[in-house]
Amino acid sequence: MNDRNEPLFEDIEGRDRPGLSTSIKTYFMRHAQVFFYSLGLLWRAPFNLFMTAAVIGIALALPTGMHILLNNAQQVSGGWEGAAKVSLFLKQNISADQAQSLANKLRKLPKVAEVEYISKQKGLEEFRQRSGYQAAIQALDENPIPATLVITPKLQHNDAKQVEQLASQLKTYKQVELVQLDSEWVQRLYAIMDIVRRGVTVLGLMLSIGVLLVVGNTIRLAIQNRRDEIVIVKLIGGTNGFIRRPFLYTGFWYGFIGGLIALILVFISLLLISGPIENLAGLYQSEFALHKMDFDTILTILVLSIGLGLGGSWIAVSRHLREIEPR
Amino acid sequence: MIQFIQACKRYESGHDALLNVSFELQQGEMAFLTGHSGAGKSTLLKLIALIERTSRGQVLINGENTTKIKARRIPMFRRNIGIIFQDHQLLFDRTVYDNVALPLIISGQAPREIARRTRAALDKVGLLNKEKSFPITLSGGEQQRVGIARAVVNKPPLLLADEPTGNLDPDLSWEIMQIFEQFRQVGVTVMVASHDLDMIKRLNQRILVLKDGQLVGDSANA
Repeated sequence: MNDRNEPLFEDIEGRDRPGLSTSIKTYFMRHAQVFFYSLGLLWRAPFNLFMTAAVIGIALALPTGMHILLNNAQQVSGGWEGAAKVSLFLKQNISADQAQSLANKLRKLPKVAEVEYISKQKGLEEFRQRSGYQAAIQALDENPIPATLVITPKLQHNDAKQVEQLASQLKTYKQVELVQLDSEWVQRLYAIMDIVRRGVTVLGLMLSIGVLLVVGNTIRLAIQNRRDEIVIVKLIGGTNGFIRRPFLYTGFWYGFIGGLIALILVFISLLLISGPIENLAGLYQSEFALHKMDFDTILTILVLSIGLGLGGSWIAVSRHLREIEPR
Repeated sequence: MIQFIQACKRYESGHDALLNVSFELQQGEMAFLTGHSGAGKSTLLKLIALIERTSRGQVLINGENTTKIKARRIPMFRRNIGIIFQDHQLLFDRTVYDNVALPLIISGQAPREIARRTRAALDKVGLLNKEKSFPITLSGGEQQRVGIARAVVNKPPLLLADEPTGNLDPDLSWEIMQIFEQFRQVGVTVMVASHDLDMIKRLNQRILVLKDGQLVGDSANA
């Protein structure tokens, strides 16, 4: 064998250091090796790996899923935002002619873009179609639905304050029983969604810190388990970077696999609720279908979870490697 | 190669492990460090490898004052020193080959170079046929030879051994010492801490005697 003729100890002075290009090449090769070596180590204890990764996955799936639902809710309500219409419910004793003439009068107002007249009959018809009260309505002697004028404000007046002004102006007409701003509840919904969004952000932050700590603690245990090895490597000239590397990659893998689990959990959850939601949308005659995860969301979750994995292991490594020194 | 100048080591407990130790070891010289346990043999070796720092005085390695070496530079410094331990300090979850190759991997050698040198080192200690074994399956003497192969695989100019034959029978001990002697012949500076006086005398090398942290005998001055 050729190797046996290596003149190992003949020339002490000529201790050859690797050249620069070799160094760079081997550097990246070592990184790749440690990258997969750390995965291999994790794979040897799949239960431990799964436990930690699942904790990360669940912690990340929760805010992710809520975030996606919120986005969906916003999409649904987004269509209503511009439709700040004002409904005038007329008094019961107003005849169709009187209603029509009021409509014509209103059309001349500068702030009004459009006036739609919905007669008592038509209103009843629509109500009958949309609600499940058919039987109840049939039982009534007379039509309880008032004639309605639906007013679309001119666009430049279509901000909340001006629409409100218009509404109070319309309230002064004696034929009018009740003025209702259709946009009010949309605004309320938005305010509620803002609160929920803020809550989801806070929840996400707290769970992220949790993930950081879980990974940090797991890596801390790994460091303690390999204490002897670290001491040996330090004794034979291993740099801190060299020792840190496998632990950082371990954190990377925890983050990556945790992220995958989070994505799978979110995917399954969305699948489970998409059926009922489409049912509900059907009841509203809506074509609405739940928006699933897009590529951006998937990428964000993976980057985030990997970042948390790396961050957690970095905390553990920088805190605990210094404590381990040969004695 | 090694120069101690009035070196002292006082541990935090107040115990003086080494007191005013001065000696010099030339390159290619071999010396045995002897004395009762607790006399300061291990501490002296630890000062050389920068596992411990001197409290007072200086230790010069290859002309470099070790007190001036910053913590960041210690790994690079240690790559020039092969250390052999009484308890071998092998990684038991890796093969003999991987154990011996570790210093080369740490210093970033190319894979072909690693294979070549690792096999050469294993051949030198007569364990080439055990490269795929795990250390746990080897005898004590074989484990110690793995430790030696790992210590020399990087071709360090300085070799330190702390009680390398402590757990071995006389024949094996002699064999190990012969290996050290061969390294000395090719220019490696070797320092071995041992309390096996009979064997040390037969090897006819320089002997440093420590007692209660003080250097009380140096065969070079006798």
